[in-house]
Amino acid sequence: MLTEYAFWFLSFVAIFSALAMIFSKNPVYSVLSLILTFFAIAGHYFLLNAQFLAAVHIIVYAGAIMVLFLYVIMMLNLNRLEEDKKSTWMKFLSVAAGGLLLFVLLAVVKRTDEITITAQAANSDCGLVENLGKVLYNDYLLPFELASILFLGAMVGAVYLSKKELA
Amino acid sequence: MELLPNVTMNHYLLVSVILFVIGVAGILFRRNAIIMFMCVELMLNAVNITLVAFSKVWGQSDAQVFVFFIMVVAAAEVAVGLAILMMLYRNMHTTSTDVLDKLKW
Repeated sequence: MLTEYAFWFLSFVAIFSALAMIFSKNPVYSVLSLILTFFAIAGHYFLLNAQFLAAVHIIVYAGAIMVLFLYVIMMLNLNRLEEDKKSTWMKFLSVAAGGLLLFVLLAVVKRTDEITITAQAANSDCGLVENLGKVLYNDYLLPFELASILFLGAMVGAVYLSKKELA
Repeated sequence: MELLPNVTMNHYLLVSVILFVIGVAGILFRRNAIIMFMCVELMLNAVNITLVAFSKVWGQSDAQVFVFFIMVVAAAEVAVGLAILMMLYRNMHTTSTDVLDKLKW
């Protein structure tokens, strides 16, 4: 019962703060709303027995990525109200397009057959770090190493791009 | 099947769909490139919720490993993307996509 209420609470927090992220005029408020969304998503991970993933999610997203966003916004001095020059007609069209996509995806979800797997459902410790590490370092060793190369490339690229004397 | 009491897989799919559509609508709705980046992050996280829910349904860890890789790609993308945005701001003094349209057509 408590977890059911927690699910609905986290879902509403995630959706409303995501909407606040889109509609707030000040970019700093957008970042803070998105951080709230990420915390709600981390709560969903906790409810789904993915404790390690929830911790990593908070550390990576709220701790690193959103701080980077905030840092860039502060450094570029964008934390002022910006006038949006987009016409109301275009805004209406974008909301309508989003609504149509929502309609299509909701129809897909509605027609989905209810999943009926019960044999492995009792295995609730698959989100623990021990099992995750076994899967990651046995079955997904090559993608793991490729991810490290990707990170190296991204790091070099970011440093190179933000150099001042770049032609 | 019920992942939590009275909460089925379809509930999680619904939450994920709504968050994904908010991300798509935000990219169409806003002109600020930084906000558009944040909408991309929101879409990636909507997919992550689906993956974790399916991981719980099947009782296997593979989907959670995929979530790790999505986080890795998101972090790399943000680092490079924000560096590009800083460069653009240094040269053009704006992050609005109304001005930064040299690559359009």
